[in-house]
Amino acid sequence: MSLSTTDVEKVARLARLAMTPAEIETARSQLSGIFGLIEEMQAVDTKGIEPMSHAQDVAQRLREDKVTEFNQREAFQAIAPQVEGGLYLVPQVIE
Amino acid sequence: MIESSLSQMGAALRAKKISSVELTQLYLDRIAQLNPELNAYITTRPEATLAQAKAADARIAAGTAEALTGIPFGQKDIFCAKDWLTTCGSKMLHNFVSPYDAHVISQFNNAGAVNLGKTNMDEFAMGSSNETSHYGSVKNPWDKARVPGGSSGGTASAIAARLCAAATGTDTGGSIRQPAALCGISGLKPTYGVVSRYGMIAFASSLDQAGPMGRNAEDLALMLNTMAGFDERDSTSLQRDKEDYARDLNKPLNGLRIGIPKEFFAEGLGSDVAKAVEAAIAEYKKMGAVIVDISLPNTRLSIPVYYVLAPAEASSNLSRFDGVRYGYRAPEYTDLADMYEKSRAQGFGAEVQRRIMIGTYVLSHGYYDAYYLQAQKIRRLIAQDFVEAYKHCDVIMGPTSPSTAFKLGEKGDDPVQMYLSDIYTIAVNLAGLPGMSIPCGFGDNNMPVGLQIIGNYFDEARMLNVAHQYQLATDWHSRAPQGI
Repeated sequence: MSLSTTDVEKVARLARLAMTPAEIETARSQLSGIFGLIEEMQAVDTKGIEPMSHAQDVAQRLREDKVTEFNQREAFQAIAPQVEGGLYLVPQVIE
Repeated sequence: MIESSLSQMGAALRAKKISSVELTQLYLDRIAQLNPELNAYITTRPEATLAQAKAADARIAAGTAEALTGIPFGQKDIFCAKDWLTTCGSKMLHNFVSPYDAHVISQFNNAGAVNLGKTNMDEFAMGSSNETSHYGSVKNPWDKARVPGGSSGGTASAIAARLCAAATGTDTGGSIRQPAALCGISGLKPTYGVVSRYGMIAFASSLDQAGPMGRNAEDLALMLNTMAGFDERDSTSLQRDKEDYARDLNKPLNGLRIGIPKEFFAEGLGSDVAKAVEAAIAEYKKMGAVIVDISLPNTRLSIPVYYVLAPAEASSNLSRFDGVRYGYRAPEYTDLADMYEKSRAQGFGAEVQRRIMIGTYVLSHGYYDAYYLQAQKIRRLIAQDFVEAYKHCDVIMGPTSPSTAFKLGEKGDDPVQMYLSDIYTIAVNLAGLPGMSIPCGFGDNNMPVGLQIIGNYFDEARMLNVAHQYQLATDWHSRAPQGI
Protein backbone atom coordinates (compact mmCIF):
# COMPACT_ATOMS: atom_id res chain seq x y z
CA MET A 1 0.00 0.00 0.00
CA SER A 2 1.22 3.47 -0.85
CA LEU A 3 0.38 6.55 1.20
CA SER A 4 0.18 10.01 -0.34
CA THR A 5 2.01 13.08 0.92
CA THR A 6 -1.38 14.53 1.91
CA ASP A 7 -2.18 11.42 3.99
CA VAL A 8 1.07 11.72 5.90
CA GLU A 9 0.68 15.47 6.43
CA LYS A 10 -2.80 14.88 7.84
CA VAL A 11 -1.58 12.16 10.22
CA ALA A 12 1.34 14.32 11.40
CA ARG A 13 -1.13 17.12 12.15
CA LEU A 14 -3.49 14.78 14.05
CA ALA A 15 -0.53 13.36 16.01
CA ARG A 16 0.74 16.87 16.80
CA LEU A 17 4.18 16.26 15.27
CA ALA A 18 5.91 19.13 13.45
CA MET A 19 7.54 17.73 10.31
CA THR A 20 9.49 19.29 7.47
CA PRO A 21 8.64 18.35 3.86
CA ALA A 22 11.76 16.13 3.78
CA GLU A 23 10.67 14.34 6.97
CA ILE A 24 7.16 13.87 5.53
CA GLU A 25 8.70 12.22 2.48
CA THR A 26 10.86 9.82 4.57
CA ALA A 27 7.86 8.98 6.75
CA ARG A 28 5.74 8.38 3.63
CA SER A 29 8.12 5.82 2.22
CA GLN A 30 8.69 4.03 5.56
CA LEU A 31 5.01 3.97 6.47
CA SER A 32 4.17 2.60 3.02
CA GLY A 33 6.55 -0.29 3.67
CA ILE A 34 5.02 -0.98 7.08
CA PHE A 35 1.48 -0.83 5.69
CA GLY A 36 2.60 -3.31 3.02
CA LEU A 37 3.23 -5.69 5.93
CA ILE A 38 -0.04 -4.79 7.66
CA GLU A 39 -2.11 -5.35 4.48
CA GLU A 40 -1.63 -9.13 4.92
CA MET A 41 -4.47 -8.94 7.44
CA GLN A 42 -7.02 -7.99 4.83
CA ALA A 43 -7.06 -11.47 3.26
CA VAL A 44 -8.24 -13.10 6.51
CA ASP A 45 -11.93 -13.98 6.80
CA THR A 46 -13.03 -12.71 10.23
CA LYS A 47 -16.80 -12.87 9.72
CA GLY A 48 -18.51 -13.60 13.04
CA ILE A 49 -15.32 -13.27 15.12
CA GLU A 50 -15.71 -11.14 18.23
CA PRO A 51 -12.92 -8.49 18.46
CA MET A 52 -10.49 -9.16 21.33
CA SER A 53 -9.59 -5.95 23.09
CA HIS A 54 -7.98 -7.50 26.10
CA ALA A 55 -5.94 -10.52 27.16
CA GLN A 56 -8.12 -11.40 30.14
CA ASP A 57 -11.86 -11.79 29.94
CA VAL A 58 -12.61 -9.80 33.08
CA ALA A 59 -14.98 -6.93 33.81
CA GLN A 60 -13.76 -3.51 34.88
CA ARG A 61 -13.46 -3.34 38.65
CA LEU A 62 -15.34 -0.70 40.63
CA ARG A 63 -13.86 0.99 43.66
CA GLU A 64 -15.38 2.76 46.58
CA ASP A 65 -16.06 6.44 45.98
CA LYS A 66 -13.60 7.83 48.51
CA VAL A 67 -10.55 10.07 48.41
CA THR A 68 -7.34 8.06 48.01
CA GLU A 69 -4.89 10.68 46.73
CA PHE A 70 -3.60 13.69 48.60
CA ASN A 71 -2.52 17.02 47.16
CA GLN A 72 1.06 16.99 45.86
CA ARG A 73 0.91 20.15 43.77
CA GLU A 74 4.38 21.31 44.74
CA ALA A 75 6.03 17.97 43.98
CA PHE A 76 4.27 17.74 40.62
CA GLN A 77 4.90 21.35 39.63
CA ALA A 78 8.58 21.13 40.55
CA ILE A 79 9.09 19.07 37.38
CA ALA A 80 6.90 21.18 35.05
CA PRO A 81 8.53 23.22 32.25
CA GLN A 82 6.89 26.51 33.31
CA VAL A 83 4.73 27.36 36.32
CA GLU A 84 3.71 30.54 38.10
CA GLY A 85 1.63 31.05 41.25
CA GLY A 86 0.73 27.36 41.32
CA LEU A 87 -0.47 27.36 37.71
CA TYR A 88 0.95 25.68 34.62
CA LEU A 89 1.89 28.27 31.97
CA VAL A 90 1.12 27.78 28.27
CA PRO A 91 1.03 30.26 25.37
CA GLN A 92 -2.06 32.47 25.38
CA VAL A 93 -5.11 30.69 23.87
CA ILE A 94 -7.89 33.24 24.52
CA GLU A 95 -7.64 36.81 23.20
CA MET B 1 29.95 -13.83 45.21
CA ILE B 2 28.80 -12.40 41.85
CA GLU B 3 28.29 -15.91 40.47
CA SER B 4 26.02 -16.89 43.40
CA SER B 5 22.28 -17.32 43.04
CA LEU B 6 19.95 -14.86 44.76
CA SER B 7 19.12 -17.40 47.46
CA GLN B 8 22.84 -17.99 48.12
CA MET B 9 23.42 -14.22 48.30
CA GLY B 10 20.47 -13.83 50.66
CA ALA B 11 21.80 -16.62 52.89
CA ALA B 12 25.31 -15.10 52.95
CA LEU B 13 23.86 -11.71 53.89
CA ARG B 14 21.70 -13.14 56.66
CA ALA B 15 24.65 -15.20 57.96
CA LYS B 16 26.67 -11.93 57.94
CA LYS B 17 29.38 -13.44 55.74
CA ILE B 18 29.13 -10.26 53.71
CA SER B 19 27.25 -7.01 54.34
CA SER B 20 24.84 -5.44 51.87
CA VAL B 21 27.09 -2.36 51.78
CA GLU B 22 30.06 -4.56 50.75
CA LEU B 23 28.04 -6.46 48.15
CA THR B 24 26.55 -3.24 46.78
CA GLN B 25 29.97 -1.55 46.60
CA LEU B 26 31.28 -4.56 44.68
CA TYR B 27 28.63 -3.99 42.00
CA LEU B 28 29.06 -0.20 42.03
CA ASP B 29 32.78 -0.72 41.37
CA ARG B 30 32.01 -3.10 38.49
CA ILE B 31 29.55 -0.56 37.04
CA ALA B 32 32.16 2.21 37.29
CA GLN B 33 34.64 -0.03 35.50
CA LEU B 34 32.50 -1.63 32.78
CA ASN B 35 29.49 0.61 32.20
CA PRO B 36 31.31 3.36 30.26
CA GLU B 37 31.77 0.85 27.45
CA LEU B 38 28.57 -1.24 27.77
CA ASN B 39 26.22 1.70 28.49
CA ALA B 40 23.82 -0.66 30.28
CA TYR B 41 22.80 1.94 32.89
CA ILE B 42 21.41 5.39 32.16
CA THR B 43 21.48 6.61 35.78
CA THR B 44 23.31 5.57 38.94
CA ARG B 45 23.20 7.36 42.30
CA PRO B 46 25.83 5.62 44.44
CA GLU B 47 24.98 7.62 47.59
CA ALA B 48 21.28 6.78 47.48
CA THR B 49 22.13 3.17 46.61
CA LEU B 50 24.54 2.79 49.53
CA ALA B 51 22.02 4.39 51.90
CA GLN B 52 19.57 1.65 50.91
CA ALA B 53 22.28 -0.97 51.49
CA LYS B 54 22.96 0.45 54.94
CA ALA B 55 19.25 0.28 55.80
CA ALA B 56 19.21 -3.32 54.56
CA ASP B 57 22.12 -4.18 56.84
CA ALA B 58 20.22 -2.69 59.78
CA ARG B 59 17.22 -4.81 58.87
CA ILE B 60 19.38 -7.93 58.65
CA ALA B 61 20.89 -7.11 62.06
CA ALA B 62 17.37 -6.71 63.47
CA GLY B 63 16.45 -10.15 62.18
CA THR B 64 13.60 -8.96 59.95
CA ALA B 65 15.28 -9.67 56.58
CA GLU B 66 13.27 -11.20 53.73
CA ALA B 67 14.52 -13.25 50.77
CA LEU B 68 15.73 -10.25 48.74
CA THR B 69 16.84 -7.95 51.59
CA GLY B 70 20.24 -6.41 50.88
CA ILE B 71 20.55 -7.79 47.33
CA PRO B 72 21.41 -5.17 44.65
CA PHE B 73 19.14 -5.04 41.57
CA GLY B 74 19.00 -2.98 38.40
CA GLN B 75 15.65 -1.39 37.49
CA LYS B 76 14.60 -0.78 33.90
CA ASP B 77 14.26 2.96 33.30
CA ILE B 78 10.57 2.48 32.40
CA PHE B 79 9.68 2.20 36.12
CA CYS B 80 9.08 5.47 37.96
CA ALA B 81 11.23 5.57 41.09
CA LYS B 82 10.86 8.41 43.59
CA ASP B 83 13.74 10.94 43.40
CA TRP B 84 15.29 9.01 40.48
CA LEU B 85 15.62 10.39 36.99
CA THR B 86 13.18 8.24 34.99
CA THR B 87 13.71 8.75 31.24
CA CYS B 88 12.14 5.73 29.54
CA GLY B 89 15.08 6.04 27.12
CA SER B 90 13.67 9.29 25.72
CA LYS B 91 14.76 12.89 25.38
CA MET B 92 11.11 13.67 26.16
CA LEU B 93 11.76 12.68 29.80
CA HIS B 94 15.40 13.83 30.01
CA ASN B 95 14.62 15.89 33.12
CA PHE B 96 11.84 13.81 34.67
CA VAL B 97 12.69 13.09 38.30
CA SER B 98 9.80 10.93 39.39
CA PRO B 99 7.71 12.18 42.33
CA TYR B 100 6.48 8.64 43.08
CA ASP B 101 7.34 4.92 42.99
CA ALA B 102 5.94 2.39 40.54
CA HIS B 103 4.30 -0.62 42.21
CA VAL B 104 7.21 -2.83 41.13
CA ILE B 105 9.72 -0.41 42.70
CA SER B 106 7.81 -0.25 46.00
CA GLN B 107 7.61 -4.04 46.08
CA PHE B 108 11.42 -4.25 45.82
CA ASN B 109 11.84 -1.43 48.35
CA ASN B 110 9.47 -3.09 50.83
CA ALA B 111 11.46 -6.31 50.47
CA GLY B 112 14.62 -4.39 51.46
CA ALA B 113 16.25 -4.82 48.04
CA VAL B 114 18.86 -2.29 46.88
CA ASN B 115 18.38 -0.24 43.69
CA LEU B 116 21.73 -0.06 41.82
CA GLY B 117 20.47 2.14 39.02
CA LYS B 118 18.15 2.59 36.05
CA THR B 119 18.95 0.41 33.05
CA ASN B 120 19.06 1.57 29.45
CA MET B 121 16.24 0.66 27.04
CA ASP B 122 14.80 1.38 23.64
CA GLU B 123 12.92 4.70 23.69
CA PHE B 124 9.50 4.08 25.28
CA ALA B 125 10.30 0.33 24.90
CA MET B 126 9.87 0.58 21.12
CA GLY B 127 12.66 -1.44 19.55
CA SER B 128 14.33 -4.84 19.41
CA SER B 129 18.00 -3.78 19.56
CA ASN B 130 18.25 -1.00 22.16
CA GLU B 131 19.45 1.29 19.36
CA THR B 132 16.48 3.69 19.66
CA SER B 133 17.56 4.89 23.14
CA HIS B 134 18.24 8.63 23.33
CA TYR B 135 21.09 7.77 25.72
CA GLY B 136 23.06 5.72 23.20
CA SER B 137 23.03 2.08 22.22
CA VAL B 138 23.94 -0.70 24.64
CA LYS B 139 26.69 -3.22 23.85
CA ASN B 140 26.29 -6.98 24.14
CA PRO B 141 28.94 -8.24 26.62
CA TRP B 142 29.46 -11.37 24.48
CA ASP B 143 30.59 -9.22 21.53
CA LYS B 144 30.68 -5.47 21.95
CA ALA B 145 30.10 -4.92 18.21
CA ARG B 146 26.66 -6.52 18.60
CA VAL B 147 23.30 -5.43 20.02
CA PRO B 148 21.96 -6.78 23.33
CA GLY B 149 18.41 -6.97 21.92
CA GLY B 150 15.57 -4.83 23.15
CA SER B 151 13.76 -3.21 24.54
CA SER B 152 15.11 -4.41 27.94
CA GLY B 153 18.64 -4.41 26.47
CA GLY B 154 20.33 -2.50 29.31
CA THR B 155 18.94 -4.96 31.85
CA ALA B 156 20.07 -7.98 29.79
CA SER B 157 23.55 -6.55 29.19
CA ALA B 158 23.94 -5.62 32.88
CA ILE B 159 23.02 -9.14 34.02
CA ALA B 160 25.31 -10.85 31.49
CA ALA B 161 28.20 -8.57 32.56
CA ARG B 162 27.46 -9.15 36.28
CA LEU B 163 26.70 -5.46 36.84
CA CYS B 164 23.78 -6.44 39.12
CA ALA B 165 22.53 -9.58 40.85
CA ALA B 166 19.42 -9.48 38.63
CA ALA B 167 17.12 -6.79 37.20
CA THR B 168 13.64 -5.99 35.96
CA GLY B 169 12.29 -5.84 32.42
CA THR B 170 9.03 -5.25 30.61
CA ASP B 171 7.65 -7.14 27.63
CA THR B 172 5.10 -5.79 25.14
CA GLY B 173 6.11 -7.90 22.12
CA GLY B 174 9.17 -9.79 23.35
CA SER B 175 11.16 -7.12 25.20
CA ILE B 176 12.12 -9.43 28.10
CA ARG B 177 12.56 -12.70 26.18
CA GLN B 178 14.47 -11.48 23.09
CA PRO B 179 17.24 -9.55 24.95
CA ALA B 180 17.46 -12.45 27.46
CA ALA B 181 18.08 -14.79 24.51
CA LEU B 182 20.60 -12.48 22.82
CA CYS B 183 22.61 -11.93 26.04
CA GLY B 184 22.53 -15.53 27.28
CA ILE B 185 20.44 -14.93 30.41
CA SER B 186 16.98 -15.98 31.69
CA GLY B 187 13.84 -13.85 31.58
CA LEU B 188 10.15 -14.34 32.28
CA LYS B 189 7.13 -12.41 31.03
CA PRO B 190 4.25 -13.37 33.35
CA THR B 191 0.60 -13.81 32.40
CA TYR B 192 -0.93 -10.40 31.60
CA GLY B 193 -2.26 -8.87 34.83
CA VAL B 194 0.01 -10.73 37.29
CA VAL B 195 2.38 -7.77 37.89
CA SER B 196 0.91 -4.29 38.39
CA ARG B 197 1.54 -1.72 35.65
CA TYR B 198 1.16 1.20 38.10
CA GLY B 199 4.03 3.63 37.57
CA MET B 200 5.38 1.67 34.59
CA ILE B 201 5.42 4.13 31.71
CA ALA B 202 2.77 2.91 29.26
CA PHE B 203 3.51 1.77 25.70
CA ALA B 204 0.64 -0.55 24.69
CA SER B 205 -1.49 -1.05 27.79
CA SER B 206 -3.29 -4.23 26.73
CA LEU B 207 0.06 -5.96 26.08
CA ASP B 208 2.60 -4.43 28.52
CA GLN B 209 3.74 -6.73 31.32
CA ALA B 210 6.67 -6.45 33.73
CA GLY B 211 8.78 -9.43 34.70
CA PRO B 212 12.05 -10.63 36.21
CA MET B 213 15.36 -11.12 34.36
CA GLY B 214 18.32 -12.92 35.88
CA ARG B 215 20.93 -15.63 35.52
CA ASN B 216 18.70 -18.62 36.26
CA ALA B 217 15.11 -19.78 36.75
CA GLU B 218 15.40 -20.10 40.52
CA ASP B 219 16.33 -16.39 40.75
CA LEU B 220 13.35 -15.47 38.55
CA ALA B 221 11.00 -17.38 40.88
CA LEU B 222 12.25 -15.45 43.92
CA MET B 223 11.91 -12.13 42.10
CA LEU B 224 8.42 -12.93 40.83
CA ASN B 225 7.35 -13.73 44.39
CA THR B 226 8.21 -10.10 45.20
CA MET B 227 6.90 -8.50 41.99
CA ALA B 228 3.54 -10.28 41.57
CA GLY B 229 0.35 -9.49 43.41
CA PHE B 230 -2.88 -7.56 43.23
CA ASP B 231 -2.68 -3.76 43.12
CA GLU B 232 -5.88 -1.75 43.01
CA ARG B 233 -4.07 1.16 41.28
CA ASP B 234 -3.84 -0.88 38.04
CA SER B 235 -7.35 -1.52 36.72
CA THR B 236 -6.15 -4.67 34.91
CA SER B 237 -4.29 -6.12 37.91
CA LEU B 238 -5.79 -9.54 38.65
CA GLN B 239 -7.25 -10.43 42.05
CA ARG B 240 -5.68 -13.80 42.74
CA ASP B 241 -4.34 -15.63 45.76
CA LYS B 242 -0.65 -15.04 46.45
CA GLU B 243 1.44 -17.96 45.19
CA ASP B 244 4.97 -19.22 45.77
CA TYR B 245 6.47 -19.40 42.28
CA ALA B 246 9.35 -21.53 43.58
CA ARG B 247 7.08 -24.26 44.93
CA ASP B 248 7.45 -26.64 41.97
CA LEU B 249 11.11 -26.05 41.04
CA ASN B 250 12.21 -29.53 42.05
CA LYS B 251 9.40 -31.57 40.51
CA PRO B 252 10.60 -34.22 38.02
CA LEU B 253 9.60 -33.68 34.38
CA ASN B 254 8.59 -37.26 33.73
CA GLY B 255 5.58 -37.30 31.39
CA LEU B 256 5.67 -33.54 30.71
CA ARG B 257 4.06 -32.93 27.30
CA ILE B 258 6.05 -30.39 25.26
CA GLY B 259 4.26 -28.94 22.23
CA ILE B 260 6.50 -28.06 19.29
CA PRO B 261 4.77 -25.67 16.86
CA LYS B 262 5.85 -26.40 13.30
CA GLU B 263 5.47 -22.70 12.41
CA PHE B 264 8.39 -21.88 14.77
CA PHE B 265 10.80 -24.03 12.76
CA ALA B 266 9.84 -22.85 9.28
CA GLU B 267 11.60 -20.54 6.82
CA GLY B 268 13.43 -17.62 8.41
CA LEU B 269 14.91 -19.52 11.37
CA GLY B 270 18.72 -19.47 11.49
CA SER B 271 20.20 -22.97 11.23
CA ASP B 272 22.54 -22.35 14.18
CA VAL B 273 19.57 -21.34 16.37
CA ALA B 274 17.54 -24.36 15.17
CA LYS B 275 20.39 -26.70 16.06
CA ALA B 276 20.74 -25.40 19.64
CA VAL B 277 16.97 -25.43 20.23
CA GLU B 278 16.62 -28.97 18.87
CA ALA B 279 19.44 -30.12 21.15
CA ALA B 280 17.61 -28.59 24.12
CA ILE B 281 14.42 -30.43 23.18
CA ALA B 282 16.42 -33.68 22.95
CA GLU B 283 17.72 -32.98 26.48
CA TYR B 284 14.11 -32.66 27.71
CA LYS B 285 13.31 -36.04 26.12
CA LYS B 286 16.15 -37.54 28.16
CA MET B 287 14.50 -36.10 31.27
CA GLY B 288 11.31 -37.99 30.47
CA ALA B 289 9.32 -35.36 28.57
CA VAL B 290 7.06 -36.33 25.68
CA ILE B 291 7.20 -34.33 22.43
CA VAL B 292 3.90 -33.42 20.77
CA ASP B 293 3.72 -31.85 17.31
CA ILE B 294 1.33 -28.90 17.33
CA SER B 295 0.35 -26.06 15.02
CA LEU B 296 -0.16 -22.35 15.68
CA PRO B 297 -1.49 -21.56 12.19
CA ASN B 298 -1.89 -17.79 12.66
CA THR B 299 1.67 -17.13 13.88
CA ARG B 300 2.58 -15.22 10.71
CA LEU B 301 -0.34 -12.82 11.23
CA SER B 302 0.84 -11.85 14.71
CA ILE B 303 3.27 -9.32 13.22
CA PRO B 304 0.75 -7.24 11.22
CA VAL B 305 -1.80 -7.51 14.07
CA TYR B 306 0.79 -6.34 16.62
CA TYR B 307 1.99 -3.48 14.41
CA VAL B 308 -1.59 -2.18 14.28
CA LEU B 309 -2.66 -2.69 17.90
CA ALA B 310 0.55 -1.68 19.71
CA PRO B 311 1.03 1.61 17.76
CA ALA B 312 -2.70 2.39 18.14
CA GLU B 313 -2.46 2.08 21.91
CA ALA B 314 0.89 3.90 21.93
CA SER B 315 -0.44 6.87 19.94
CA SER B 316 -3.12 7.28 22.58
CA ASN B 317 -0.82 6.70 25.60
CA LEU B 318 1.88 9.05 24.30
CA SER B 319 -0.57 11.90 23.68
CA ARG B 320 0.05 12.84 27.34
CA PHE B 321 3.50 14.19 26.42
CA ASP B 322 2.60 17.74 25.51
CA GLY B 323 5.34 19.88 27.06
CA VAL B 324 2.97 21.32 29.67
CA ARG B 325 3.07 19.29 32.91
CA TYR B 326 6.41 17.48 32.72
CA GLY B 327 9.18 16.53 30.34
CA TYR B 328 10.63 18.31 27.35
CA ARG B 329 9.31 21.64 26.02
CA ALA B 330 10.67 23.17 22.80
CA PRO B 331 12.66 26.36 23.45
CA GLU B 332 10.82 28.37 20.77
CA TYR B 333 7.21 28.35 19.54
CA THR B 334 4.54 30.72 18.27
CA ASP B 335 1.32 29.45 19.86
CA LEU B 336 -0.10 26.49 21.82
CA ALA B 337 -0.43 24.11 18.85
CA ASP B 338 3.07 25.03 17.68
CA MET B 339 4.40 24.33 21.18
CA TYR B 340 2.79 20.86 21.21
CA GLU B 341 4.03 20.02 17.71
CA LYS B 342 7.60 21.23 18.22
CA SER B 343 7.96 19.76 21.72
CA ARG B 344 6.81 16.35 20.47
CA ALA B 345 8.84 16.47 17.25
CA GLN B 346 12.01 17.40 19.17
CA GLY B 347 11.34 15.23 22.24
CA PHE B 348 10.49 11.93 20.51
CA GLY B 349 12.97 9.95 18.42
CA ALA B 350 12.34 8.62 14.92
CA GLU B 351 10.99 5.16 15.85
CA VAL B 352 8.58 6.55 18.42
CA GLN B 353 7.29 9.14 15.94
CA ARG B 354 6.87 6.40 13.33
CA ARG B 355 4.74 4.30 15.68
CA ILE B 356 2.66 7.29 16.78
CA MET B 357 2.00 7.98 13.07
CA ILE B 358 0.99 4.35 12.37
CA GLY B 359 -1.30 4.36 15.40
CA THR B 360 -2.86 7.70 14.54
CA TYR B 361 -3.51 6.53 10.97
CA VAL B 362 -5.15 3.20 11.88
CA LEU B 363 -7.42 4.92 14.41
CA SER B 364 -8.36 7.80 12.12
CA HIS B 365 -11.77 8.28 10.58
CA GLY B 366 -12.53 5.80 7.79
CA TYR B 367 -9.77 3.30 8.60
CA TYR B 368 -10.80 2.06 12.04
CA ASP B 369 -12.75 -1.02 10.83
CA ALA B 370 -10.22 -2.05 8.20
CA TYR B 371 -7.23 -1.94 10.54
CA TYR B 372 -7.95 -1.70 14.25
CA LEU B 373 -11.10 -3.82 14.37
CA GLN B 374 -9.75 -6.39 11.91
CA ALA B 375 -6.57 -6.67 14.00
CA GLN B 376 -8.60 -7.23 17.17
CA LYS B 377 -10.55 -10.01 15.45
CA ILE B 378 -7.38 -11.76 14.28
CA ARG B 379 -5.98 -11.31 17.78
CA ARG B 380 -8.78 -13.61 18.96
CA LEU B 381 -7.88 -16.19 16.28
CA ILE B 382 -4.26 -16.10 17.48
CA ALA B 383 -5.34 -16.59 21.12
CA GLN B 384 -7.62 -19.47 20.10
CA ASP B 385 -4.68 -21.23 18.42
CA PHE B 386 -3.06 -21.50 21.86
CA VAL B 387 -6.27 -22.69 23.55
CA GLU B 388 -6.44 -25.48 20.96
CA ALA B 389 -2.73 -26.30 21.37
CA TYR B 390 -2.94 -26.60 25.17
CA LYS B 391 -5.52 -29.39 24.79
CA HIS B 392 -2.58 -31.53 23.66
CA CYS B 393 0.44 -30.27 25.64
CA ASP B 394 1.53 -28.69 28.95
CA VAL B 395 4.12 -26.21 27.65
CA ILE B 396 5.17 -25.02 24.21
CA MET B 397 8.81 -24.71 23.18
CA GLY B 398 10.70 -23.17 20.32
CA PRO B 399 13.28 -20.51 19.55
CA THR B 400 12.96 -17.08 21.18
CA SER B 401 14.47 -15.20 18.24
CA PRO B 402 15.19 -16.30 14.65
CA SER B 403 18.85 -15.30 14.92
CA THR B 404 21.53 -14.61 17.53
CA ALA B 405 22.55 -11.01 18.29
CA PHE B 406 23.14 -8.97 15.13
CA LYS B 407 25.70 -6.21 14.62
CA LEU B 408 25.03 -2.66 15.82
CA GLY B 409 23.62 -0.66 12.92
CA GLU B 410 22.92 -3.77 10.82
CA LYS B 411 19.11 -3.36 10.74
CA GLY B 412 19.06 0.35 11.44
CA ASP B 413 17.50 1.73 8.28
CA ASP B 414 14.72 -0.76 7.67
CA PRO B 415 11.97 -0.85 10.32
CA VAL B 416 10.21 -3.76 8.56
CA GLN B 417 13.27 -6.03 8.93
CA MET B 418 13.46 -5.18 12.63
CA TYR B 419 9.73 -5.88 13.13
CA LEU B 420 10.02 -9.32 11.48
CA SER B 421 12.56 -10.44 14.10
CA ASP B 422 9.75 -10.44 16.73
CA ILE B 423 7.96 -13.34 14.98
CA TYR B 424 8.17 -15.93 17.82
CA THR B 425 7.45 -13.67 20.77
CA ILE B 426 4.56 -11.38 19.75
CA ALA B 427 1.74 -13.94 19.68
CA VAL B 428 2.32 -14.64 23.39
CA ASN B 429 1.61 -10.99 24.27
CA LEU B 430 -1.45 -10.87 22.03
CA ALA B 431 -2.86 -13.94 23.80
CA GLY B 432 -1.77 -12.62 27.25
CA LEU B 433 0.11 -15.85 28.02
CA PRO B 434 3.29 -16.22 30.11
CA GLY B 435 6.53 -16.78 28.18
CA MET B 436 10.17 -17.12 29.10
CA SER B 437 13.59 -17.51 27.54
CA ILE B 438 16.53 -19.47 28.92
CA PRO B 439 20.02 -19.95 27.46
CA CYS B 440 20.37 -23.24 25.53
CA GLY B 441 23.74 -23.03 23.78
CA PHE B 442 25.68 -20.94 21.31
CA GLY B 443 25.26 -20.30 17.60
CA ASP B 444 27.48 -18.77 14.93
CA ASN B 445 30.23 -16.45 16.20
CA ASN B 446 29.81 -17.99 19.64
CA MET B 447 26.73 -15.89 20.42
CA PRO B 448 24.08 -17.17 22.89
CA VAL B 449 20.84 -18.84 21.76
CA GLY B 450 17.59 -18.68 23.76
CA LEU B 451 15.02 -21.43 24.21
CA GLN B 452 11.50 -20.05 24.53
CA ILE B 453 9.10 -21.76 26.93
CA ILE B 454 5.47 -20.68 26.60
CA GLY B 455 3.04 -21.66 29.35
CA ASN B 456 -0.72 -21.74 29.72
CA TYR B 457 -2.39 -18.89 31.67
CA PHE B 458 -1.05 -18.63 35.27
CA ASP B 459 1.31 -21.57 34.73
CA GLU B 460 4.48 -19.65 35.73
CA ALA B 461 5.38 -22.10 38.53
CA ARG B 462 5.37 -24.99 36.05
CA MET B 463 7.44 -23.03 33.48
CA LEU B 464 10.01 -22.18 36.17
CA ASN B 465 10.09 -25.88 37.13
CA VAL B 466 10.67 -26.83 33.47
CA ALA B 467 13.46 -24.24 33.15
CA HIS B 468 15.08 -25.10 36.48
CA GLN B 469 15.28 -28.83 35.71
CA TYR B 470 17.03 -28.02 32.43
CA GLN B 471 19.45 -25.77 34.29
CA LEU B 472 20.24 -28.59 36.72
CA ALA B 473 21.13 -30.82 33.76
CA THR B 474 23.07 -28.23 31.69
CA ASP B 475 25.41 -25.32 32.41
CA TRP B 476 24.61 -22.86 29.59
CA HIS B 477 23.05 -20.45 32.10
CA SER B 478 26.22 -20.21 34.17
CA ARG B 479 28.56 -19.32 31.29
CA ALA B 480 29.95 -15.79 31.41
CA PRO B 481 31.26 -13.65 28.56
CA GLN B 482 35.05 -13.40 28.27
CA GLY B 483 36.65 -10.64 30.31
CA ILE B 484 33.68 -10.45 32.71
